[in-house]
Amino acid sequence: MTPPPPQTGPPLLEMRGITKRFPGVIANQDVDFDVRAGEVHTLLGENGAGKSTLMKILFGLYQPEEGEVLLRGEPIDITSPSEAIDARVGMVHQHFMLVPTMTVAENVALGIKSDRGPLTDLDAVSERIREISEAHGLAVDPDVEVWRLSVGERQRIEIVKALFRDAELLVLDEPTAVLTPQEVDDLFVILRRMTEEGRGIIFISHKLHEVMALSDRITVLRNGRVTGHTVPAETSRENLAEMMVGRAVKLSPHRPDVTPGAPRLKIRGLSVVGDRGTRAVDQVDLDVFGGEILGIAGVSGNGQRELAEVVAGLRKPEPGTSIELDGQAIDSASTRERRDLGLSYVPEERMRDGAIGDFTVSENIILVDHGSEKFSASGLLNFGAIKDHCNKLVEQFAVKTPSIETPTSSLSGGNIQKVIMARELSAGPAVLIASQPTRGVDIGSAEYIHERLVEQRDRGTATLLISEDLDEVLGLSDRIAVMFEGRVVAIVDHDDATREGIGLLMAGVFDEEPATT
Amino acid sequence: MRKLVAGAIPLLAALVAFLIGALMLVAIGASPWEGLKALVDGAFGDTNALAVTAVKATPLLLVGAGITIAFRASVINIGGEGQIVAGALLSTMVALLVPDLPAILLVPLVLIAGLIGGGIAGAIPGALKAYASVNEILSTIMLNLVMVQLMNYLLRGPLIDPLEVEAGTRIPQTERLSDNAALPTLIEGTRLHLGVVIALLAAVAAYVLLWRTPLGFRLRAVGHSPEAAKAAGIKVKQSTTAALAISGSLGGLAGAILVFGSEGQRMVTDGSSAGFTGSAGFNGIVAALFGGLHPLWTIPSSFLFGGLLTGATNLQRVLQVPAALAVALNGIVVVFVVSSGRVRERLEQFTSKRAELNAALKDGDS
Repeated sequence: MTPPPPQTGPPLLEMRGITKRFPGVIANQDVDFDVRAGEVHTLLGENGAGKSTLMKILFGLYQPEEGEVLLRGEPIDITSPSEAIDARVGMVHQHFMLVPTMTVAENVALGIKSDRGPLTDLDAVSERIREISEAHGLAVDPDVEVWRLSVGERQRIEIVKALFRDAELLVLDEPTAVLTPQEVDDLFVILRRMTEEGRGIIFISHKLHEVMALSDRITVLRNGRVTGHTVPAETSRENLAEMMVGRAVKLSPHRPDVTPGAPRLKIRGLSVVGDRGTRAVDQVDLDVFGGEILGIAGVSGNGQRELAEVVAGLRKPEPGTSIELDGQAIDSASTRERRDLGLSYVPEERMRDGAIGDFTVSENIILVDHGSEKFSASGLLNFGAIKDHCNKLVEQFAVKTPSIETPTSSLSGGNIQKVIMARELSAGPAVLIASQPTRGVDIGSAEYIHERLVEQRDRGTATLLISEDLDEVLGLSDRIAVMFEGRVVAIVDHDDATREGIGLLMAGVFDEEPATT
Repeated sequence: MRKLVAGAIPLLAALVAFLIGALMLVAIGASPWEGLKALVDGAFGDTNALAVTAVKATPLLLVGAGITIAFRASVINIGGEGQIVAGALLSTMVALLVPDLPAILLVPLVLIAGLIGGGIAGAIPGALKAYASVNEILSTIMLNLVMVQLMNYLLRGPLIDPLEVEAGTRIPQTERLSDNAALPTLIEGTRLHLGVVIALLAAVAAYVLLWRTPLGFRLRAVGHSPEAAKAAGIKVKQSTTAALAISGSLGGLAGAILVFGSEGQRMVTDGSSAGFTGSAGFNGIVAALFGGLHPLWTIPSSFLFGGLLTGATNLQRVLQVPAALAVALNGIVVVFVVSSGRVRERLEQFTSKRAELNAALKDGDS
């Protein structure tokens, strides 16, 4: 599988036989990884596969027990991030390390010694930023405050920061997580330009189509070990997923044809003021039919969260909003009443709104229905019935837990999400709101959750699927509504939807008046 | 093993407090050994001492059990004093109103009146917090002051013993209440009365409520994560109100037991709440913390603090040391226990979600 080396001379970076153990876990076991000048080498793996550990070793945050790091052919012992920066290794963080109230130039100058001793030299910094952005096509204005910038622009500042320190090897940790498809394309152009200059790039991602599009080489990690080296031409997304998980994976579930029934969720004129005091959702009309999954695509922060919370009864909409569930008006109903009418809700913030970490698995499973006749008799909880129900669901949803009495916080993200899904689907909901159902979840659990969502759809549930993962929306939805700045700007049928088309709509590029159903 | 060590820390704290107490005895020229002996003998030395200790522990246990319920729901109840007074006043009024009911009816009736009185005194700050975002720590403390003034007004005015008015002495106390309302003595010749058993049952009931009923499940869910509880359809505002109301009702029950388990069989005030409650509304909080905010562990914890109170009285009598020393000893134990790491952790564990609860209560109409 290993391709012939396209060049001679020592690689920019070589990590040989890296082993790092933590009490009870082997985070890296005999990992070999190298980056040549002028290439993008992708590090692929699930959460906990050992990608972060390997990068923390590169930046001197951990010391490996075995193995060595070579930079430009020379062994090097990095013991802190500043030494890594001095060695011209740069990191573009997943969560931007920027001060929003300061200008771009001030942010870039943070942590850099000024040529004028104790005084800052912001003009010189601005000048350098202009040069760098011009040379790399980055389009960054050094004098604007960061809070005014879009997410894509902020990411470019992170790249400028690395280039300002003249990084030759760049690590990008999940850089596309917050970008629209167009911004991702722009980013890839920038990254390509940097490799052409002879820089090396380590790209960390779990989005398989991006990995396929950008990488020169791919190294897959699983449970701390390298499970494969490959190149895009010789592999496929399915193949990569298999290497990550260790077994064959269906990336998008089979969706049998189902004739949608009557509209079970009917939303008219939904508007709501968000936390920032501005209108987060603006006059949204939506119908979700029984037996369909309506996907909501959009860059996060375009009103999806607020929309879900209004439908779930957790946020008050503006007057004039009407929501019907199976023909019954629910806009003034409490969350309890909505749930009694058949609404289920899988919240976006799993550990905040979805489950209680200090509660046991079984307590979380009965969180909604603990008061029903099924689980309580004459004022006392019926532990026999609860135990039977929870054991059944844990088995049915393949939740990996030592027992149903285990504290939920000790499970993995994927298993916690399965506990939530088990709870929310066990009632056979009329309407299901699923927000980011697989974010941060391992591929195996995500596959399972997707199957369950489709199964529930086949049984006649009307599902509102909100996700920032465009693949998930495209793979599961019968129709796709695109949200931009609080409005539904288009609703596209599954068969007519393309990644590019939806991406343009997500970025606010549309010429017609906002569509309605 | 580690758990055992961690569990011993509050006991160690108590030990250190006693050492300091011993130093104080030395400082005033008394023998610490004799002091310790007098303390232990006074608290646990014979049947009678044990009976008095149990009676002293009763209001601590009731208030403490209530405190565990409030804390588990992330609300803090400092209103024990006021709730005890409220329960005592309402039960006293019931006994004055229908003094001739047979004991089999009147005893339960005054106890229920105590529950209701304390429940109302708890529900007020509970509802204020839930529906108007009023800080319950402040409102429960304030209500303590209101209740004391209400007690002073009622016992000096409408409820005063007519004999006191006739004689012109005007001691603020009620007439001797109906003997049918008196809590039956359990062991003849001691002060051990039914109230002790009721307190034990109440602690068990608090445990059952928290871990065996849907209502307790909701209270704990709100205490651990108001957001998740809300998203699951649990009514956070109702739960918050209920937690303080139930907590208060146990304090009110303690108030009724203080009146109808007393030798005087009447309610008296010296103008302060402590004069009537013996500060059980505050000491009960310490007992609950010492018991790890678990209703069942609050039983031995209350018994220990009850013993400290009776033992200190004996110490004062035997060694002829000033009464202030007994008070100081009690205070030192409280300070050490509350500031010991484990107790503090426990305290933080159940109060760390208060900010989240406050936020959850502010928005939405759940």
